[in-house]
Amino acid sequence: MSVTTAVGLAVVWPLIGVALVLLFRRWPNLREAGSLLTSGSLFALVAGVVLPFVQAGGRPRIDLVEILPGLELAFEVEPLGMLFALVASGLWIVTTVYSIGYMRGHNEENQTRFYACFALAIAGAVGVAFAANVFTLFVFYEAITLSTYPLVTHSGTEAAKRAGRVYLGILMGTSVAFLLLALVWTYWAVGTTDFRVGGILAGKVSHRELIILLALYVFGTGKAALMPFHRWLPAAMVAPTPVSALLHAVAVVKAGVFTVLKILVYVFGIDLLAATGASRWLTWVAAFTILAASIIALTKDNLKARLAYSTVSQLSYIVLGGALATSAGVLGGGMHIAMHAFGKITLFFCAGAILVGAHKTEISQMDGLGRRMPYTFGAFFIGSLSVIGLPPTGGSWSKWFLLLGAADAHQWTMMAVLMASSLLSIGYLMPVVARGFFRPPPVDDDHGDAEGHTPDHSAEGSGIHEAPLLCVLPPVFTAFGCIVLFFFADDVYRLLTGIVP
Amino acid sequence: MIDHLIEIVVDDLPALQIAVPLLAATLCIIARRRRTAWVIAMVVAWASFLNAMLILRRVMTEGTISYAEGGWRAPWGIELRIDSLNALVLLIVTGICAIVLTAAPRSLAQEVPRSKHYIVYAVYLLCMTGLAGMTVTGDAFNIFVFLEISSLSSYALISQGSTRRALSSAIQYLIMGTIGGTFILLGIGMIYMVTGTLNIVDMSNQLAAVGPNRAVLVALACIAVGTAIKLALFPLHIWLPNAYTYAPAVVTAFLAATATKVAYYVLLRFVFSVFGVDLAFGALRLDVVLMGLALLAMVAGSIVAIFQHDIKRMLAYSSVAQIGYMVLGLSLVSVAGLTGGIVHLFNHALMKSGLFLVMACVLLRTGSTRLEAFQGLGRRMPITMAAFVVAGLSLIGVPATVGFVSKWYLVTGAIESGHWPVAVVILVSSLLALIYIWRVVEVAYFRPAPEDAPEIGEAPLSLLGPTWLLVGATVFFGIFTSLSVGVASDAARMLLGMMP
Repeated sequence: MSVTTAVGLAVVWPLIGVALVLLFRRWPNLREAGSLLTSGSLFALVAGVVLPFVQAGGRPRIDLVEILPGLELAFEVEPLGMLFALVASGLWIVTTVYSIGYMRGHNEENQTRFYACFALAIAGAVGVAFAANVFTLFVFYEAITLSTYPLVTHSGTEAAKRAGRVYLGILMGTSVAFLLLALVWTYWAVGTTDFRVGGILAGKVSHRELIILLALYVFGTGKAALMPFHRWLPAAMVAPTPVSALLHAVAVVKAGVFTVLKILVYVFGIDLLAATGASRWLTWVAAFTILAASIIALTKDNLKARLAYSTVSQLSYIVLGGALATSAGVLGGGMHIAMHAFGKITLFFCAGAILVGAHKTEISQMDGLGRRMPYTFGAFFIGSLSVIGLPPTGGSWSKWFLLLGAADAHQWTMMAVLMASSLLSIGYLMPVVARGFFRPPPVDDDHGDAEGHTPDHSAEGSGIHEAPLLCVLPPVFTAFGCIVLFFFADDVYRLLTGIVP
Repeated sequence: MIDHLIEIVVDDLPALQIAVPLLAATLCIIARRRRTAWVIAMVVAWASFLNAMLILRRVMTEGTISYAEGGWRAPWGIELRIDSLNALVLLIVTGICAIVLTAAPRSLAQEVPRSKHYIVYAVYLLCMTGLAGMTVTGDAFNIFVFLEISSLSSYALISQGSTRRALSSAIQYLIMGTIGGTFILLGIGMIYMVTGTLNIVDMSNQLAAVGPNRAVLVALACIAVGTAIKLALFPLHIWLPNAYTYAPAVVTAFLAATATKVAYYVLLRFVFSVFGVDLAFGALRLDVVLMGLALLAMVAGSIVAIFQHDIKRMLAYSSVAQIGYMVLGLSLVSVAGLTGGIVHLFNHALMKSGLFLVMACVLLRTGSTRLEAFQGLGRRMPITMAAFVVAGLSLIGVPATVGFVSKWYLVTGAIESGHWPVAVVILVSSLLALIYIWRVVEVAYFRPAPEDAPEIGEAPLSLLGPTWLLVGATVFFGIFTSLSVGVASDAARMLLGMMP
């Protein structure tokens, strides 16, 4: 198979998954097998066929259709997109396994719709990853928004509907009002929206316009959850946990920060940004988001809400990396896409496992739970280390490069912000682990959570009582991945070096 | 012999566009039978569509077609004159006519007594005659005549609605429409007074020689006001919501996609081909007036749409907003802007007739188009509601739909001319569209049907087919734009006097 065919195929591959899911809607086991098969083969396709080619310096390109003169749907794979596609397709497998455990363990309804929309979202993510120009990226960006909407509102309750409104309102609103405007503007000013090494805007727009355009792009990418457009992310917490994993690690927010990074590198060009200082203001917005979201996370007792704000904060690391406009910063940002994905998906898997296994959502109720669910809490601990950025987890490398990037740009304040944020993330993640392992379980256990109880009270607090196997294996696996990434970070680094001049 | 015959027929294609439906309308009356009348109308409508395709192809290859009615040469005789602009308008008008007519029998059966169906088909053909006539003619007075034919027949069609409000809506439209027609006639009369000709090309030449005197400017103002009423430009739109809401569902689908579009074409024709850019935008500053009204229409129409309880009415207000987009394209007076306006004429016709056919499906099964009727329809009528979602996304302007293409050109036109706030208003207005479309989607997919709701099935194929044909077209022409955008940008260049 030629590699360009593989690129085109990778984008439509998840649609086969959609077809299989719909076809086997009456036989849940076959249906899930279809999902697993598609996700596995997609990863094989991306990692087995496309990756070696890109690693060797190839840039496979496929042009589909020219919608308007100079504006075409086209795919071209470069290292950053390669990394994102690998993360999205790889974590899709794990998330599917987890979903099977979670959705069945939790007796969720409409599972066919769930798996179908999930596959659609992955198709969108691969499309975003491989997009050859801003227009194509925009098309698939919107496809992700629309296909995840039914996932966010999965339960169909009033709260879900409200969350869906916020979700769609902010994501669609920012993208139509700002991103589309920036897209048309770029096209009008340059005559193309292609991603090119070194950027396309140099010499085409004035300094002031450059700053406005940058603002339109970064705020237009609502999925990057830059404050003040971050509200949709905590709101979307009403969705089932696998959806949160999808949102936070696999497709949605990663598509957002990926878009920002890709536009900074390939539309603006970091040389242009460094020379003009047009992204200076963005470092401050990102820094503010990092700190403010971390502080809000400290105040949340609901585990998923706390993780959501943690994500808002971590995403701005990546934006910051791009805005620093140094090679190390961009590399750090790119690596953080992968590192944070593994760390955060672990944490969300654990939060879901705790919900399924112990019916707990609030951190204050999790005293002593670690003794009942050692694997879950162990995985949570490792995921936390990665998000905080401590060895021996992958997160330490991306943070290292981000610090390096800040130093290169002589941005001492930004270095301080990154340090402070690490401390804050210790502050909001470690208490969960500490409570689980070191606090004694509550003696008097009648807090009204009747339906979650096992009848034999003797089992409370002693003995292992994990969630179903399919809910526990994935977080253990991704936690392991966090550690593996620590030792193999060099491969990620070498893949990404192709993106900086 | 046969070749010769074909040649004659090919030459006469533009005339057939008017003559055939006119004759067929009388045939429908003579037939007096519901089914026969429908078959006659179907044959004629689809033949007209085919004819329009042939004409468009000829215009694209050979350039402007000029046809002398009865062999009398222009400017003395009546000329039919078709260039890329009206060829495109003709295509979309006849296309929508044919597709909507295909869906008509089932939907009409619910709203109009069967004994009257043959009259509806006859009047429908008359209306189509008028619209096609306005589009192809090269004679200003002829435009007025055909305008009256189409208007009178559309009043009759609207009055067929099943509620008594249909009558008052028809009367309201009749009064407004007559005022509009009178303004247009006044304008044409004044140009005739100044130039002594009714042929559009001739008029244009003579007017260029005369220059901007007061009579000419008043004539332009009269025609602008008259067409503004006919095309329902805010704030002269007040006839539209009632007419669209209370007319039979298929009639709304037909009129929404054709009547206002042809009025927009007439405005374009007069402003650019007759008066010319210098006169219209230099001496009268029509662009400033139209831009202001268009922006108001886009915002006000969308906001009012958000608060409607009847979805048919909501779509009517959305039309007011969308007409704003088209007029905005005109007021930008640039290739990109005009292309946007013309291509939106084409695109909006597809989306709106598709959406109104969805209303016909819903009305047929639930007996209402109020918001409550949509409860649980996501499950009960999945194919119909999917059509609503796709066409709705197109209305919002999601990429890979036609709405995106129109918006793209309008925003480009606004940026190009430095009208930044206008670009922002265009995008904000599409967000308002998101709100009013999603209100319906939420009710359809999240609210369960009430307990006592009767069991209903999917709409019949005869309705779903045409609906999905239109909805599919909104996606198709959102991806493959060479036809719509190609012709529209040709037309825009021609109107601005820079023939390629």
